[in-house]
Amino acid sequence: MDNFTFGVTMMVCGMGGTILTLWVLSLIMSLLGKAFPEKKEEK
Amino acid sequence: MEHAILGGLQGLTNGFLNLDWRTLVMLFLGCVLLWLGIKKGCEPLLLVPIGFGCILVNVPLSEVMGEEGFLRTIYNMGVANELFPLLIFIGIGAMTDFGPLLANPSTFLLGAAGQFGIFFTLAFALALGFPQLDAVAIGIIGACDGPTAIYVTAKYAPHLLGAVSVAAYSYMSLVPVIQPPIMKLLTTDRERKIIMPSMTGTVSKTTKLLFPLVITVIGGVIAPQGLPLLGTIMLGNLMRESGVVGRLTKASENEIANVVTLFLGLAIGGTMAGEAFLRAQTLIILCLGLFAICLDTVCGVCFGKLMKIFTGGKINPLIGAAGISAFPMSARVVQREGQRYNKKSYLLMHAMGANAGGQVGSVIAAAVMLSVLNGMGII
Repeated sequence: MDNFTFGVTMMVCGMGGTILTLWVLSLIMSLLGKAFPEKKEEK
Repeated sequence: MEHAILGGLQGLTNGFLNLDWRTLVMLFLGCVLLWLGIKKGCEPLLLVPIGFGCILVNVPLSEVMGEEGFLRTIYNMGVANELFPLLIFIGIGAMTDFGPLLANPSTFLLGAAGQFGIFFTLAFALALGFPQLDAVAIGIIGACDGPTAIYVTAKYAPHLLGAVSVAAYSYMSLVPVIQPPIMKLLTTDRERKIIMPSMTGTVSKTTKLLFPLVITVIGGVIAPQGLPLLGTIMLGNLMRESGVVGRLTKASENEIANVVTLFLGLAIGGTMAGEAFLRAQTLIILCLGLFAICLDTVCGVCFGKLMKIFTGGKINPLIGAAGISAFPMSARVVQREGQRYNKKSYLLMHAMGANAGGQVGSVIAAAVMLSVLNGMGII
């Protein structure tokens, strides 16, 4: 694979993959935060 | 008799006869690393053993990195097989409180933006003519995360391990110097003065316990090549949050992390033999490392500005600079800079969230990178 294709693929898939993965994780953690709010006794 | 005595004396002078300029430069460099660690307090836990390892391997006729040498044994034991960075990750997971991140999960995105420098630097290294896997190792300096950089470099470009590690750890300790000018340059006075409301949301113990499991499973499914990185940091965090394995948590963040740090530093120093290290490419790698960390900050602050627009001005873009993995140093820099421009501004907890996001982000970025490489058939 030539360097140009490699570089562009890494940038697109790498940056896209990182932000997409972290976005999915942030959504899941938001949902979990709502599903399991802090209980009174924990406070 | 005379012959034997002369032979014996020659044995004592062989070292001097084998001194060359490379040896002297590397011995000096080893002393500089020690000076940085001891006198300047720059990442002393790593730079002191790295500096000493560098001196050990560059003493003429030194066999510490030979077939049977003790540094070679340590290197083979935990660096060549990537074990040491993973053990350190268990300790990092055990030490890190992801609470501020979980209280405001949108800061995960700042942790993603703070990793973009990795990919821009990779492309730049390719443009400068580095081979593809070398460019990957150079780009990973931008993760601002020593163990991640060592893990990836040891696996795919072991000949660059010394330069990449020194760059990663040196620049991490220079974050308080590197970031503020970039933060100032990219933000307006008005933006820097934005006061963010104090974080009122709290996180339940169940959420904190589920967090490491979710990250491991979801992150592992998306980027299986990075599972060792994700799994170890999250194992450490699960032990911390569970509260039932206090001894293991303490051992991970103290004894194991300390012993492994010593071995890791010595082994990395051992890779800094003059003939391998003193090349023009080392200097270029050091420059690219600085470039990567500057770009991380640029991308983080720019993403912070974007979030400010989308939230109607509620986000102070300075917290974007904390989206890197230098934890908690970067968050402290953001707090200090925020207070410099507005005494009533307390950005620390928001920045800690972004910084914890950067910690996860750097591991996810490396995992994604390895999985993309695997998908392309490069590794």
